[in-house]
Amino acid sequence: MSALQPTPSHTVGPFYGYALPFPGGGDVAPAGHADVITVHGRVYDGAGEPIPDALIELWQADTDGDLSGAPGSLRRDPVTGGYLGRNGVDFTGFARVPTDADGQWSVRTLPPGARPGHAPYISVCVFARGLLHHLFTRVYFPQDTDAHAIDPLLASLDADRRETLVATAERAPGSYRFDIRLQGEKETVFLEFD
Amino acid sequence: MSLSQHDIDREVAELRDAYEKSRAGGAPAAHHPSRDYAPYRSSVLRHPKQPLVPVQPDPETVELHTPVFGSTDVTDIDHDLTRQHHGEPLGERITVAGRLLDSAGRPVRGQLIELWQANAAGRYAHLRDQHPAPLDPHFTGVGRTLTGDDGSYSFTTIKPGAYPWRNHENAWRPAHIHFSLFGSAFTQRLITQMYFPNDPLFAYDPILQSVTDESARQALVATYDHSLSRSEWSLGYRWDIVLDGPSATWIEEGRR
Ligand SMILES: [Fe+3]
Repeated sequence: MSALQPTPSHTVGPFYGYALPFPGGGDVAPAGHADVITVHGRVYDGAGEPIPDALIELWQADTDGDLSGAPGSLRRDPVTGGYLGRNGVDFTGFARVPTDADGQWSVRTLPPGARPGHAPYISVCVFARGLLHHLFTRVYFPQDTDAHAIDPLLASLDADRRETLVATAERAPGSYRFDIRLQGEKETVFLEFD
Repeated sequence: MSLSQHDIDREVAELRDAYEKSRAGGAPAAHHPSRDYAPYRSSVLRHPKQPLVPVQPDPETVELHTPVFGSTDVTDIDHDLTRQHHGEPLGERITVAGRLLDSAGRPVRGQLIELWQANAAGRYAHLRDQHPAPLDPHFTGVGRTLTGDDGSYSFTTIKPGAYPWRNHENAWRPAHIHFSLFGSAFTQRLITQMYFPNDPLFAYDPILQSVTDESARQALVATYDHSLSRSEWSLGYRWDIVLDGPSATWIEEGRR
């Protein structure tokens, strides 16, 4: 089987904002679900400044660990051509949120399930002006300490680097903070897949 | 002190020479740009300095699955950027078509392709784009489609104009269309840009030149295809897209 040469990546640039984000892009949890969690944070550059033009995508299993997803994240209205929003029932597992002027992003979702021997996590893909090729990372959750000890990725990392992948629990129940540092002190662990 | 085009050209040439020297010494081809490509100034503070941590995915790995999109996620006119308003946009009407493939040449079926672009005058419908070129009330510059069973896609749009930016003095981006693509695994996710053949701005653009490999750079340039042009209607450009990274199907077949 001859391997085709992959199409190179390019930066998302500064002007994706009227094209890629969509209303309700961070509202992954079906309406009124009892177990909704909020995951939010900031994206920082190497000077410690918040990045106002990053785009964050998250992809995860449902609460049972099922990864089949559902369509309808960007559900459109065939009458007006505008966005309808998600149908409030299906769990698509996909979020897309731009950072705001303070570099902040947030999503409302459900806690992901996990399989034995792995800690639950949400996969994160980061795009930004200045970033020629996206970056993958993961959000793990602070209460899963037993699973962290055996998770193949987390167990392979030094404690100070591992810490960058674990969200911080906040006072409000079900609220987690996950900052992403593209460079420098406490630089987030970014992943590559072979 | 502001940077001149000459300064940027010199940095671009140095990095290209260094790449070619490393290739001659047996280094593997670099298909993607390096994240720390200094001629593109915005990259300087926005690339990680630690090496990426390798993950050996197995078929149950979250990243080997991917969000799915369906017929509710697009409308019938999303692939025709010239029909989204009450009037016709100004500019040269074009068809951009091709196939979305994985690195083994297999079609990526039923997945979402999104694109966005400047109008014919080189202006984005974005508040922060302050380039003093006219906005077109009949052109937003956003399209979406789902790939067909053979991985095919087709958009009708307007050829975008070149536009200035502030990387250095007298910096201009060659005409390009931004593309966002999903594969059969999240690891195949790709955002990139398509260019038009024979653009005289190629050599001056540090974003295109960030792809230091000549043949990889060529893969970003569409081909004029007369068979895609439609009589008395539009000019045709063909551009196939190949997704990198492990895919769920590749892992499954590798295990059989
Ligand atoms: Fe652009």
